Amino acid sequence: MELIAILGSEGLWEAVLRIATPLIFGTLGALLCERAGVLNLGIEGIMAFGALIGWLAVYNGAGLWTGLAVAALSGALFGLLHAVLTVPLGLSQHVTGLGITLFASSLAYFIFRLSVQIEGSPPTIRPFQPVELGPIGDIPFLGPVLSSQTAPTYLAIAVAFVMMYVLFRTPLGLAIRMTGENPHAAEAQGVNPVRVRFACIMAGSALMAMGGAFLTLSAFNSFFPTMIQGRGWVCIALVVFASWRPGWALTGALLFALVDAYQLRLQSALEDAIPYQLFLMAPYVAAIAVLAVMARRARVPQALMKPYRRGER
Amino acid sequence: MSQPIALRLSGITRRFGETLANDDISLSLRRGEVLALLGENGAGKTTLMSILFGHYSADRGTVEVEGRALPPGNPRAAIEAGVGMVHQHFSLAENLTVLENVMTGTERLWRPRAGMAAARRKLMSLAERFALRVDPDRRVGDLSVGEQQRVEILKALYNQARILILDEPTAVLTPPEARHLYQTLRGMARDGVSLIFISHKLHEVMEAADRVVVLRRGRVVAERRPAETSKEELAELMVGRRITRPVRAPATPGDVVVEARNLSVRRRGATGLHDVSFTLRAGETLGIVGVSGNGQSTLGQVMSGVVAPGAGALTILGRRITRADVPALVRAGVGRIAEDRNHEGVVGELTLWENATLERIGSRRFSRLGVIDRAAARDYTQKVIEGFDVRGGGPDHRTQLLSGGNMQKLILGRNLIDAPRVLIAAQPTRGLDEGAIAAVHARLLEARAAGAAVLLISEDLDEVINLADRIRAIVGGRLSPEIEAEEADARKLGLMMAGDWTTEGVRDAV
Repeated sequence: MELIAILGSEGLWEAVLRIATPLIFGTLGALLCERAGVLNLGIEGIMAFGALIGWLAVYNGAGLWTGLAVAALSGALFGLLHAVLTVPLGLSQHVTGLGITLFASSLAYFIFRLSVQIEGSPPTIRPFQPVELGPIGDIPFLGPVLSSQTAPTYLAIAVAFVMMYVLFRTPLGLAIRMTGENPHAAEAQGVNPVRVRFACIMAGSALMAMGGAFLTLSAFNSFFPTMIQGRGWVCIALVVFASWRPGWALTGALLFALVDAYQLRLQSALEDAIPYQLFLMAPYVAAIAVLAVMARRARVPQALMKPYRRGER
Repeated sequence: MSQPIALRLSGITRRFGETLANDDISLSLRRGEVLALLGENGAGKTTLMSILFGHYSADRGTVEVEGRALPPGNPRAAIEAGVGMVHQHFSLAENLTVLENVMTGTERLWRPRAGMAAARRKLMSLAERFALRVDPDRRVGDLSVGEQQRVEILKALYNQARILILDEPTAVLTPPEARHLYQTLRGMARDGVSLIFISHKLHEVMEAADRVVVLRRGRVVAERRPAETSKEELAELMVGRRITRPVRAPATPGDVVVEARNLSVRRRGATGLHDVSFTLRAGETLGIVGVSGNGQSTLGQVMSGVVAPGAGALTILGRRITRADVPALVRAGVGRIAEDRNHEGVVGELTLWENATLERIGSRRFSRLGVIDRAAARDYTQKVIEGFDVRGGGPDHRTQLLSGGNMQKLILGRNLIDAPRVLIAAQPTRGLDEGAIAAVHARLLEARAAGAAVLLISEDLDEVINLADRIRAIVGGRLSPEIEAEEADARKLGLMMAGDWTTEGVRDAV
């Protein structure tokens, strides 16, 4: 049957990895923030800003990797803002995060309009090209799927493994997890929870921005203001799905991307039978259903969204 | 004792606003000694220990560990000097394992790999040496409270603590766990660890300490050795006047107002009730003793209308109770003192008047056409405050500003001021100091004398013996046969709480 045939097609799996990449970056970024105890709803805006600033850097002559780095830096700066507001000032993490999303996405569009003349179709750059894999490219099925991917995709997957190792195998990771569970205990054991939270929010936000930049530097080649399309919110949900574990975050992002890529192909296959809007909903409905099942057994970091004040218990 | 001095506090003074929390306190601790710091809530014990551990800095005075002065206000320095602290409210991460909790912060942060294996060996050898048995790979949230406390102690020992401070270590423990803890502490002292434990419980001070320092209103008022003093003298030193807990007068029981027949309740995550039968008459008190976790919470909740009775029949004031219906019970005249006053008894964020009237806010008395009559509510609250000697705030203050004792007086007041016909008192004096306990006891006896049927659920044996007419033990959700209070003593009740109901003198009531 056609529906099954789609599942076996190389095109589908090429798309899965491509769609998953920004989600992997974003989910890992949000996960890092939350492991330290801070919810970062600025993700949607930070991704938009990263998408713009990375693209703009390259459009103005910088290299692609420099563009990605510039995006990461901008993310870290928004992270710094979020950290200042939520950690020492202890403001509501929801409100602050949503504020940053509104601010960062508007600022992205504003800068875009200021710095780029639009005549007809939007200006483009030459994006990341697929990595040449040599003999691996000759392996049937796997070869073509992998050789159509760009370097940032591999970077995203590598980051997931690095984060897994750092969180669960190093003293630093233990300090981060302790800060997210009980910052008072962390402090009493000589870990500075304020510093840990600042570092995690900034690093996590940098990853989010890189996820956004992947869209303009690899998946597409131009910027348009609505391009994030709720990917940030999906990442926030994926963190819960993943039970705050990087390995599961990677898996979750790939699963979501699979459903998304599959529905795109179903749309064209079943065009006449079912309205395409229903297919567009599919990944989100699937996400909600999976969350309803998974969230019940998730172990939420105990200090998530609780501001830390020294001396108060 | 010729052991060297491990810790010396000299002239510690600390002021918080108007109050002098610590007033020129000096004391010393020898190596291998167990020192009890005895005092009522608010006597300055916790402030003193927080200064010692560096959570606060003192306005005046010095802390010396093994002859060297500690820099003030620096917990890290205290840890490095070998001072460990076990807080009353544990400082643990529930989602992490025992080992992870213990080793946080003990290694250089940037080490590329945590030394799990070495840490595990060290933890196990400490656990062995001090008989603090614990599984390093269990999630801390899955441990019992007693086990969590062991983790806290191990955490301090892991950091090379030679001086250990425990803040009210038995407040959360059952009596057997508490006894086990004293034994552990004695063993640690023999091994050269110096210990200070903070307490307001006289019997444990007498049992576990080498030396007792009594604090009152921020000053050291006395120092005694347990062998040279008595509970009575310590109580008087601690409170500053003679306090005697009131004892019941003979009762004249009236009609049966509460009857439970073969009541069974299934609970998830808590002990339920199995085939429980008892009766309660007007003007008498039935005491239920038991080690915590044996179903007394469920019993209290069923009787208070929070949990529905399952099988069996429960009749309160002539009504068959078949479901959880708090308003109906309150309207019928059932007063309720919840086991956990901070979670179930009051809403700390709300004002005193809101808490005093919340149970009956919909009644004509406090609202008209769905609008609250604040004047009536405030007047009522003022009456409760005056009638029950609630100190620390007026009707418009937030309730969490009250001390535990005053909070409990507010709860008692709102229940007793209208002379309820039934009173369910679950752990009414848990965590209170001697003065407040005596006040609560007096009120419970007054209610009984006024004709209320009182169900007293408690872990404090002295309390039950003093207040109850008849006593039963609850074990695994089952009730023992009852004994008369005159026949009860700590030994007999201890046997009943252990489930041994055949001892002579325990007669069958059914």
